[in-house]
Amino acid sequence: MTNTELLHLDGEPGNFTARIRKEPRFVDISKCTSCGECEKACPIEVPNEQDKGLSKRKAAYKKYAQAIPGAYAIDKRGTAPCKATCPAHVSIQGYIALINQGKYREAIELFRDTHPFPGVCGRVCHHPCEGQCTRGDYDEPLAIRELHRFLADWETEENAKILPETAEEKRDEKVAVIGSGPAGLSTAYFLARKGYAVTIYEKLPVAGGMMAVGIPEYRLPRNMLQREIDIVCDLGVEIKTGVTFGKDITFDSLKADGYAAVFMGIGLHAGRKLGIENEDAEGVLQGVDFLRNAALGREVPVGKDVLVIGGGNVAIDVALTAKRKGAENVTMVCLEKREEMPAWEHEIEEALEGDIKIVNSFGPKSFFIDKDSKKFSGIEFKTCTAVFDKEGRFSPSFDEAACEAFFGDTVIIAIGQATDTSDLEKENVPMTGRGGLHADPLTLQTSMEWVFAGGDAFYGPKSVVDAVASGKEAAESIHRFINGMDLKEGRIKEWTYDKPDIVNEPHKDRTPIRCLDPEARECNFLEVSFGYNEEEAKNEADRCLKCGICSECYQCVKACLADAIEHEQTVAELNLEIGSLILCPGNETYDPSPLNDIYSYNSSPNVLTSAEFERILSASGPTMGHLVRPSDHVEPKKIAWLQCIGSRDNNRCGNGYCSSVCCMYAIKEAMIAKDHCDHELDTAIFNMDIRSFGKDYEQYYDRARNSAGVRFVKSRIHTVKEIPETGNLELRYADESGELQVEEFDMVVLSVGLQISESTVETAKRLEIELNKYNFAETTPSLPVNTSRPGVFACGIFQGPKDIPSSVTEASAAACAAGRNLAQARGTLQKEVVKPEPIDVEGQEPRIGVFVCDCGINIAGVIDVPSVREYSETLPYVVYAGENLFTCSQDAQDQMKEVIKEHNINRVVVSSCTPKTHEPIFMDTLEAVGLNKYLFEMANIRNQDSWVHGNDHEAATEKAKELVRMSVARAASLQPLYERQIPVTKRALVVGGGVAGMNAALGIADQGYEVVLIEKEAQLGGLGNRLTKTIEGMDVRALIADLRQQVEAHEKIDVMTDSVIVDFSGFKGNFKTEVLAGESMASRTIEHGVAIIATGANEYRPKEYLYGENPKIATQLELGERIYNNTDVDDLNHVVMIQCVGSRNEENPNCSRVCCQNAIKNAIALKKRNPKTGVYVLYRDIRTYGLLEDYYTEARKLGVLFFRFSADDAPVVAPAGDFVNVTFTDHILGRKISLDADLAVLSAGVEAEDTEELANIMKLNRNAQHFFLEAHVKLRPVEMGTEGIYLCGTAHSPQLLTESIAQAMAAASRATTMLSQPFLTLSAVTAVVDPDKCASCLICVRTCPFDVPRINETGVSEIDDALCQGCGACAAECPAKAIELRWYEDDQITSKVDALLEGEI
Amino acid sequence: MRLTYPTSIRIVRVPCTGKVDVAHLLRAIEKGADGVYVVGCKEGECHYKKGNFRARKRVEQAKKVLSSIGGDEGRVEMFNLSSSDAPLFVKYAEEMDARIRTLGPNPLKKKNSRAA
Repeated sequence: MTNTELLHLDGEPGNFTARIRKEPRFVDISKCTSCGECEKACPIEVPNEQDKGLSKRKAAYKKYAQAIPGAYAIDKRGTAPCKATCPAHVSIQGYIALINQGKYREAIELFRDTHPFPGVCGRVCHHPCEGQCTRGDYDEPLAIRELHRFLADWETEENAKILPETAEEKRDEKVAVIGSGPAGLSTAYFLARKGYAVTIYEKLPVAGGMMAVGIPEYRLPRNMLQREIDIVCDLGVEIKTGVTFGKDITFDSLKADGYAAVFMGIGLHAGRKLGIENEDAEGVLQGVDFLRNAALGREVPVGKDVLVIGGGNVAIDVALTAKRKGAENVTMVCLEKREEMPAWEHEIEEALEGDIKIVNSFGPKSFFIDKDSKKFSGIEFKTCTAVFDKEGRFSPSFDEAACEAFFGDTVIIAIGQATDTSDLEKENVPMTGRGGLHADPLTLQTSMEWVFAGGDAFYGPKSVVDAVASGKEAAESIHRFINGMDLKEGRIKEWTYDKPDIVNEPHKDRTPIRCLDPEARECNFLEVSFGYNEEEAKNEADRCLKCGICSECYQCVKACLADAIEHEQTVAELNLEIGSLILCPGNETYDPSPLNDIYSYNSSPNVLTSAEFERILSASGPTMGHLVRPSDHVEPKKIAWLQCIGSRDNNRCGNGYCSSVCCMYAIKEAMIAKDHCDHELDTAIFNMDIRSFGKDYEQYYDRARNSAGVRFVKSRIHTVKEIPETGNLELRYADESGELQVEEFDMVVLSVGLQISESTVETAKRLEIELNKYNFAETTPSLPVNTSRPGVFACGIFQGPKDIPSSVTEASAAACAAGRNLAQARGTLQKEVVKPEPIDVEGQEPRIGVFVCDCGINIAGVIDVPSVREYSETLPYVVYAGENLFTCSQDAQDQMKEVIKEHNINRVVVSSCTPKTHEPIFMDTLEAVGLNKYLFEMANIRNQDSWVHGNDHEAATEKAKELVRMSVARAASLQPLYERQIPVTKRALVVGGGVAGMNAALGIADQGYEVVLIEKEAQLGGLGNRLTKTIEGMDVRALIADLRQQVEAHEKIDVMTDSVIVDFSGFKGNFKTEVLAGESMASRTIEHGVAIIATGANEYRPKEYLYGENPKIATQLELGERIYNNTDVDDLNHVVMIQCVGSRNEENPNCSRVCCQNAIKNAIALKKRNPKTGVYVLYRDIRTYGLLEDYYTEARKLGVLFFRFSADDAPVVAPAGDFVNVTFTDHILGRKISLDADLAVLSAGVEAEDTEELANIMKLNRNAQHFFLEAHVKLRPVEMGTEGIYLCGTAHSPQLLTESIAQAMAAASRATTMLSQPFLTLSAVTAVVDPDKCASCLICVRTCPFDVPRINETGVSEIDDALCQGCGACAAECPAKAIELRWYEDDQITSKVDALLEGEI
Repeated sequence: MRLTYPTSIRIVRVPCTGKVDVAHLLRAIEKGADGVYVVGCKEGECHYKKGNFRARKRVEQAKKVLSSIGGDEGRVEMFNLSSSDAPLFVKYAEEMDARIRTLGPNPLKKKNSRAA
């Protein structure tokens, strides 16, 4: 379940309910073929998080090639604010993205899908979208309106008519629309697209409503309006003008004419009156009437001086129209103050530009009427003191004493609009008390169920876009009404949006609009605004911040031939019934931005974090593995790594812990960087300590330093400053002696630490899991994966900083812990696959079916698939060849089954993509019809052909034919193979009864399986018996006692002490081990399915520093014992501890991992007992990794003194009477120090237990230091090379007690996985010996990397298929060709070669 | 990454390069291939431990056989790369394609076509 979040956890261990929130992916993963066409079509580019922002990815994307599930996803951040705010919800970000790509046709198609008037609204929209534009919070909003106007203008210029998608089938039902304004036209538009026959009845002689007779032509040219009305008509809508509803047609007549529904969109075509005397006098005009008459070309004599009453947009249109109609002086008078005027600011400015005088804060009192002509001659105004009352309602108050008179020839009243009801009376149209149409606000249905209402007449005066929205809703309601559907269901959609955080976004000015000069506007109705040209439009579109990420341009929907894109997916919540919960939320890397003053991370492009640098080194990264620096793409010659950025730093970032992994990854990066360069690359790692404490890590560090020439500089960083001329970086640091040094580098890599993200902290809070002060999960040393909440387990970095091997190990440990609560439920959710009767193909001639795949256009776009299919038919044994759009789709699979049966096909070739992902799918299909799954072959004509030869269609098609020919040839040679199933002995053998062995035994036994635990000593406990307390303070002796008690009491565990293994045989699931037990050395044979090796380790017994010769010299374990027992530890004046005794030297090149913390643990204990005791730790690197760093800090605070020494200048220990003398070099002082100490404590390393004999008997591999070898360091850290055998504890490598416990649990978990199988299925792809040809030459025996072949009783080689790994090395090596690897037999390989080269010689 | 590489290359799948036999390589040349190369995992990273080392030895052997009968050993080659390293795969493909173009067509093929 991807895209999910855990919200809550209720219940108790074994019986939890987890509440899960699932975010939509917007792609149906069952349909997605991962072809990537959506990605190609997607216009949105965003920073690629996979490449740490160093490259871009699309909004439709797959995170990386190997991502699981292998499907694409669409990245959305809610809906973009512009789309959410637009009343018609036009995909604004979408068409802007398409403009950016120059895809104007697609952009206008997208616009028209939700809105019929890109040109009209491109001129007159009040653009509420711009008000929410995120750019507006930053500099200026995008000119959204101008951009779709540009699209409409482009369409006009191209003389194109881009019609929206419509239903293929026309419907019989008819719908009548009353009124051809934007609401009526939109209703008709959306209904016509659904296939309905729509007729619009319009009272006026022209169509368009207020768009035609309200908005002046200089604002909206009539040809543009007509174009967009024509497009509505092109969809089949009929417009009948000059037809008055109520007179020429009625509800009854419409019903009689067979209309199924009516939409009333009659607008507000009457003006509101002032309600003062003489309002009907000559020279007193209504604004709407005036505009209508002007628009219809009727005479509108206005005289020289015109007064306009009103402060809204209509008033401005009236004033500017009057001016254009010849008025010399136009004065607008309104109630509102300038800043209160309801007209839009840009229109007010346009009025002022047009020489209109605006007078504010006056309300009309009375008209002056000329006595003779009875005509209007002027108005007396009273001062308006306030327009709104305290609640903000319109309620003007006046000062009647402060009056002023204005004179003119005409006054035009533009204070509001009303429905013209003059013809409606007889029709009983449902009206509100305020004179508007009455209807349900959601469905727009009136009380007459077949009549719907919308537009201004319904909701009052609004903009065109509101009418469009209303029309769209009305169309939906009418559609539902006609089809008898619920009108309300699913109609309420909340449009929410999140604005992105804007960081580092450069300011970009809004592209200005070119307009007609004010002088040029006089006395004409030419359009004032010119709109954008292409360059301006692209320039403006480029300012978009892509708030929604996905722009909802729906290009992916069109591109996806698999029909997998689902933009309508929504968030879902669900409950899961679970028994245990494992948390492994991972980490984030430290963001060094706050330390820019020191490291210049933000200000210099050539300072990278290690995570970024990692991507630069990656073959699939932003530079495809080419090592160049970001600023100039030049190959660097000198790179510095700075360690501990965001780690071991309580002061500046609060992360006091060590991140554990940075030293090793920095060394690795330096090594790979050197590898990637053709020239000499100077690499330097600036560090406080190098912490290469993992298994064999020290040897890697040695190689880097001694062979590869990576420099390691002990230092403290002062600053990194960019040199502006070169982009190089000047690094200032203090060296070990405290001297300031300066060195210049081409690049600096910050080795950033690991930390827990804020969202993980939130999750932990919701789940009531306790975190430590650094936000890692709180756990205890004995229960390393148990969180504070029972039944909830943690692993990976959430548990504490660690590397990949430890994380993988800990994950298995968590699985073990979680499994304890699930043991009862094991297998209860299993379903059995019923396989049909197998088809017998023995002795039959091959009948091959070839299925050639188009993979949408992935293959078919390059390769001529029909010709490949035809060619396939001509190949030998081919009885069927077919072509599929997607061969892997469910329907194609079903069809394949039918074809196999119908044509009696006994070999199948699928010519499509890679067997890596798709072979199992097709093999399942074969099995589902009873055909042996090995009678199958794939020709990879996608990954190996169309994808990589896209520029040469002909050659690609030829290659496809050859690949199919090769596959058909191999298919003909295939024989059925059978996978053998073997039983599993449900018993585990655990070798070693220390802490690891006991934990492993308990881990398996608690799952319900029998365990035999063998210990060579007389009692359990191992090295643990010598330990006292952990650094955290846990009593190890108590732990051992508890474990021993649990193990001995467990009914499933059989403990054998004093026991040794003398013989071992068998294979996974079926081992036999002979043990001699007890003093009597009684032999016992144990049959077991799995084995766990937990043979442990010992403290090294030092040969150096006079150990054993002088009583004043002890090891750390001995000191620990003394502290635990309170013997001889209180009167110590000076104690010197020497680190790395028996570690990191020639004899044992590895770090023993535990000694630093051991020394610090004892040092702290001594200081706490007696603060006066001087404790001196002589070290090479302090390796208190992870959270142990806190103890190092504590030790220093307690006054423990640390002195670093070099390997070539080791301390010297000499006897000195009652004391022991230690001499060493102090680096800061640069001189020798000599100290007479009461005690010299040697931090002796960890030495593997003697397992020579065991390793021989069980054929187990060990490294040079005799620690056992895992199968794979990272992928299989607790499994051994031999399947069924597992490894844990210090037998694996030196480690802490808590790490041993985790590893033991991990081994138990892996072992349980095998034990829980009802049987093991062996691979059929194994080597087989033909005994007749075998000459017993032993070459196979020597060749096999897994020691499988053996010479059997009859004197020939025999290969056990249970052990064979199927590599085929023996088959290739066998001189007699007596060995074949099944499915890769020689003739099966050469058949391909022969088929390919047919006719070449 | 869908990087383009020369169309002259056909891939034959084996479980491990350790399965590739000298006979397989020579048979390709014998049947008229202009060149044949083995692409294995990076040395030290073989899933089956040493398969790629064996393959390298066999490629060397095939080269020897080929030159001993008067052929050009450059027609047989071994490359190592990580499966995730597409750019290097392309680099080797281009390298081999260019090399074979310089060497010209397989002479076995040429002789035959002259005879025909």
